[in-house]
Amino acid sequence: MTTYRDAVRTALQTLLREDERVFFMGEDVGRYGGPYAVSKGLLAEFGEERVRDTPLCESTFVGAGIGAALGGMRPIVEVMTVNFSLLALDQVVNNAAAMRHMSGGQFQVPIAVRMATGGGKQIAAQHSHSLENWYAHVPGIKVLAPATVQDAHDMLLAAVEDPDPVFVFEHQMLYGIDGELDTSGTPPSPWKAVVRRAGTDLSIIAYGGSLHKALGAADELDKVGISAEVVDLRSLRPLDRETILDSVRRTHRAVVVDEAWKTGSLASEISAILAEHAFYDLDAPIERVCTLEVPIPYAKHLEEAAIPQVGRIVEAARRSMGDG
Amino acid sequence: MAEFLMPSLGADMSAGTLAKWRVAVGDTVAQGDIIAEVETDKGIIEVEVFESGVVTELLVAEGERVPVGTALAGIGQAADAHQKAGPAPEPGAILTAGASDLKLDGPAASPAIRRKAHELDVSLDRIRGTGEHGRITLDDVKSALRAPAADSERVRISPYARRIAERRQIDVSALHGTGPSGAIQARDVLSAEVPTDTKPASAAERMQKAIAAAMTRANDEIPHYYVEHTIDMSNALAWLRETNASRGVSGRLVSGVLVLRAVSLALRKHEELNATWNGEAAVRCQDVHVGLAVSLRGGGLVAPALRNTNEGDLSDLMARMTDLVSRARAGTLRSSEMTSATITLTSLGERGVEGVTPIIFPPQVAVVGCGATLERPWVVGDQVVARPLMRATLGADHRASNGHQGARFLRTLDRLLQEPGAL
Amino acid sequence: MTLDIAGDHALTLLRDMIRIRRLEEKSAELYSKQKIRGFLHLYIGEEAVGVGAMHALREDDNVVATYREHGQALLRGIPAGEIMAEMYGKANGCSGGRGGSMHLFSAKRNFYGGHAIVGGGLPIAVGLALADKLRGESRITACFFGDGATDEGEFHESLNLAALWKLPVLFLCENNEYAMGTELSRHVADRNIANNPPAYGVPADSVNGMDVVAVERAVHNEAELVRETSMPRFLELKTYRFRAHSMYDAELYRSKEEVAEHRKDDPIEGFQAKLFDEGLITQADVDAIEADAANEIADAVDFAERGEWEPVEEITRHTYARDLS
Repeated sequence: MTTYRDAVRTALQTLLREDERVFFMGEDVGRYGGPYAVSKGLLAEFGEERVRDTPLCESTFVGAGIGAALGGMRPIVEVMTVNFSLLALDQVVNNAAAMRHMSGGQFQVPIAVRMATGGGKQIAAQHSHSLENWYAHVPGIKVLAPATVQDAHDMLLAAVEDPDPVFVFEHQMLYGIDGELDTSGTPPSPWKAVVRRAGTDLSIIAYGGSLHKALGAADELDKVGISAEVVDLRSLRPLDRETILDSVRRTHRAVVVDEAWKTGSLASEISAILAEHAFYDLDAPIERVCTLEVPIPYAKHLEEAAIPQVGRIVEAARRSMGDG
Repeated sequence: MAEFLMPSLGADMSAGTLAKWRVAVGDTVAQGDIIAEVETDKGIIEVEVFESGVVTELLVAEGERVPVGTALAGIGQAADAHQKAGPAPEPGAILTAGASDLKLDGPAASPAIRRKAHELDVSLDRIRGTGEHGRITLDDVKSALRAPAADSERVRISPYARRIAERRQIDVSALHGTGPSGAIQARDVLSAEVPTDTKPASAAERMQKAIAAAMTRANDEIPHYYVEHTIDMSNALAWLRETNASRGVSGRLVSGVLVLRAVSLALRKHEELNATWNGEAAVRCQDVHVGLAVSLRGGGLVAPALRNTNEGDLSDLMARMTDLVSRARAGTLRSSEMTSATITLTSLGERGVEGVTPIIFPPQVAVVGCGATLERPWVVGDQVVARPLMRATLGADHRASNGHQGARFLRTLDRLLQEPGAL
Repeated sequence: MTLDIAGDHALTLLRDMIRIRRLEEKSAELYSKQKIRGFLHLYIGEEAVGVGAMHALREDDNVVATYREHGQALLRGIPAGEIMAEMYGKANGCSGGRGGSMHLFSAKRNFYGGHAIVGGGLPIAVGLALADKLRGESRITACFFGDGATDEGEFHESLNLAALWKLPVLFLCENNEYAMGTELSRHVADRNIANNPPAYGVPADSVNGMDVVAVERAVHNEAELVRETSMPRFLELKTYRFRAHSMYDAELYRSKEEVAEHRKDDPIEGFQAKLFDEGLITQADVDAIEADAANEIADAVDFAERGEWEPVEEITRHTYARDLS
């Protein structure tokens, strides 16, 4: 058994050891050991050239990562959280995402960027965003959301190996979870969604920090005789349409769980895909369980009410079944 | 000789105004010289000429606004100037920058109409405008209000359940839904029994409402004209007696089936009566599906289509007609039968009345009504004799046909019924 | 003051400035005729900066530039035809027609664009220098940007990071006194831009950007210092653009008199006059240069005209390494 954070660290170590093009930079990743203790010990093992503490300049250190990738390196950039990544969006959207296409294929940007994301720890409005959909919106980059310990490890390896810019979102509530980590075999493709729990009555589709809540809801539903299938999206761009559609075509009902605000969310995108490609298989309207349309509040009961919880997922599922 | 064109000075510049000429006809210009000032959204911009030569003509007057690419002046060699020198055109000759067609978002309706529609909770997308250029008028909106109940009372059913219902030919309008918001879901369809008459009372009420709405709409919207004709049924009845003598009871034909087949054959000759009205014009139907008006126990009325009425021989048609009537009475009609009639035939012969002046079932454009076949005085040669006569009345939509066409249809019907063996 | 350069090099400098000028003039004409669309930013007046700097750099030094980069691109060796075709949007353009005037790229010539976000190229330059340092490469990264870019956060962040991590970046500020329509003292608190970098530990200097010889000398000195010390340096090149910011600009923000005054410092005319004075060129030389330039540009237009349009079916190519759709 390993923790999620240790799994990420293991992946970082493997990458730094095995590929000299790889280096790692971000705020407080070196001496501090990482704000989530992910990179503890890495500075000591690999030295200051390859594990770099950056100044607080998200735009420039992400841009520098892009430049270094252009120059032939395989940088891993940690942006402390998605909340601070907004400062770097210009470099992401206008450089990382566009360079290959606008240069006519001459340049590639093999950068991997890791960010913590999500809320639930009462760190209030400016520190609790889930903006994966902003990144998943942009052609030219790829987006991963590891929800399990195994994926936390495997997806970082895949991200660094990929010739395209890959953004990996680690939900901050997951760093401490325990799970199995197998580093021996060949990891499955990170670009596929996976059915974490098979079911027949409805499909609960989730990613990242919401996966475990979805599984919890499925357990609750099981007690009242409702068999819920749970799909872990894993890859947010590209979305694995095949797996999503296959599931809903079998169960005929969908509940999409997304910690982002509902408006313009990935849940909306998935709903559109289902309406476009599974319209005649739907036995009920699609349900979306998302964060309420408010900046995330500090007070515990308010934050809990705002962010999707097991209770709301269960309610949505029951509504979809027609009992509500 | 070269032309100096209105230059494009920016991605979003489509036209410019020639504010001021800086040269006159006959002036010598060198490449790079400023030749004019052009006024754009961003202010006055000096424009340069790209050729060297002599200005031979100015084609656009100061103050004129022209699209990018319009020739503004001619630049030629010195010799050309003498031939082309002339005054600049009057400001009256203005080229308007590309006329932009009025593109309306969604249905063509004025803001006032949109407000009214919103008030009355009518969706403009479902209305075909009868105003100029297809604009939706107030009458259009009011007509939509009176549309049959079938339009405004969609059955709430999931796409998946509907798919199952279609496959199993189950009438969903009578189902009870247990899905979200009471919608019909798959299991409701799967557990439905055939025939469905779980709630006969409410079904009848619904039907009555639907008939009322349809008849009202027909009355309001369709300019009916009527043509009547009395048909001597002697030949038809004689042929029936003969034919039926050699058939068993179950294979007997009735005169109604002769009339039915005659009507459907006549429609092949008179296609203008076999059409539907789409709001603007009559659209002729490919096939003939005669709707049979069937009275139901409890006072209801349906007019399901006997599809492809011209197919098969009379025995087939008789069997199908019998089946259709019995299913109509049992409430197990298929949805295609309910919606595909291209004309309706109402026969009140059984009631013993002489005739009927029927109302058209919209969106059809004609209806045929027949009275009973009764012995009545008739003139043959110069003798008055008793003959079995049937009065046939054609009601038709004057937007789609006229009295002459209607009259011809009835004459054809008459002729067909005189030779029942050929039906 | 006599020019301290060899005669044929002087000719080369003059030739290259004239080539750029003629390319830009032709681009303006083609834009007016709608052959070139979108935005077009002309380098007319600033030729000495591009020519002097590019001659001072080595062929394999990395170059990051702005959207006003035709001069640098041409001098880096991207054929005029490919530049023109790119502005036409044709598939035989240096960016495959995908970028246009503002996004000229050439991987094999270490020319990293062509950036339309003011200040957006500076972090890229820092990253390229970082990669070279980590790999032990000896080249430097030259980053061109305007006075407007010094307002942006990335400018300050990049100076700081380059100095902190000791990266071989040569920051070249083409100060033409206007950030689009806003004059220098209306967008910087301290007109003396060269005062900024030393605050971050980056040595800074200034040079007259209208004097091609002075530019070449200054950039060469700075480049060599960057190469030796592997530390960033900053050079402000004081220049002026004679044309509007871009084609669609009525220049309401400056007077015609001001422009006329600056035209007296035309880098080409000034240099040409000096060369005549010193007997380093003849009229025949100039005529030959002009004729060659005219031919080069005519060939470039022809190349562009003959180019194909990329088939629409290929539109998703080069979004990712492998087409995902």
